[in-house]
Amino acid sequence: MIELLTAVFLVAGAGFMLIAALGLLRMPDLLTRMHATTKAGVLGAGLIMVGAAIFIGQLTVVVKAVAVIAFLILTAPVAAHAIGRAGYFMGVPLWSQTHTDELEGRYDPETHILASGPEKPSGNDIQAPRENSDSDSSRSG
Amino acid sequence: MFDYAIFVAYLLLSLALVLSFVRLVLGPSLPDRVVALELLASLTVGFIGVAVVATGRSAFLDVAMVLALTAFLAAIAFARYLEKGGHRIDD
Repeated sequence: MIELLTAVFLVAGAGFMLIAALGLLRMPDLLTRMHATTKAGVLGAGLIMVGAAIFIGQLTVVVKAVAVIAFLILTAPVAAHAIGRAGYFMGVPLWSQTHTDELEGRYDPETHILASGPEKPSGNDIQAPRENSDSDSSRSG
Repeated sequence: MFDYAIFVAYLLLSLALVLSFVRLVLGPSLPDRVVALELLASLTVGFIGVAVVATGRSAFLDVAMVLALTAFLAAIAFARYLEKGGHRIDD
């Protein structure tokens, strides 16, 4: 029974890691590649660790496996965020069919400063002057 | 049957290793290679997990833990370098 469960976890984890690698190879740009590897890769490694913990079954091994899974789950989103941000800063081209780039035109590649959003005619009288002064100061600075 | 499952897991992981190595070689940009390296590190963690089951030596799990942490540090260091290095693709 334990062997069957372990086999299922190991093969499922390895399958998810294969899907992650396939996504890394086949996806069209940096952000979609990261989308494939970060999620499927962590899931695959986590499933394999669960399989190992079930198979050995000692408390110390279970604790170590849970620690590995916790590290993966804590660190993968942070690393993906840092690399995606660095890629955007570097000007890595997006996929030709990307249709929403909310940072386009608002990000200054020299100073790494984000401008405020485009000025919209808003009904809110308290907010409007503050937005104007912000964008003026960022333009002059 | 259990040995067969371990063999299949090794096979799938090796295939994944080859595919991400192809992306590591192809690039085209440095962040793509960093993402490929990160996946290689988590594939190695997966290999270690399968090796723990195959050999019954649970001490390998310490290696997996350290590897998961160093891969994170490497990714952060690369991101930092890319961001602060002032090196842009369209120059």
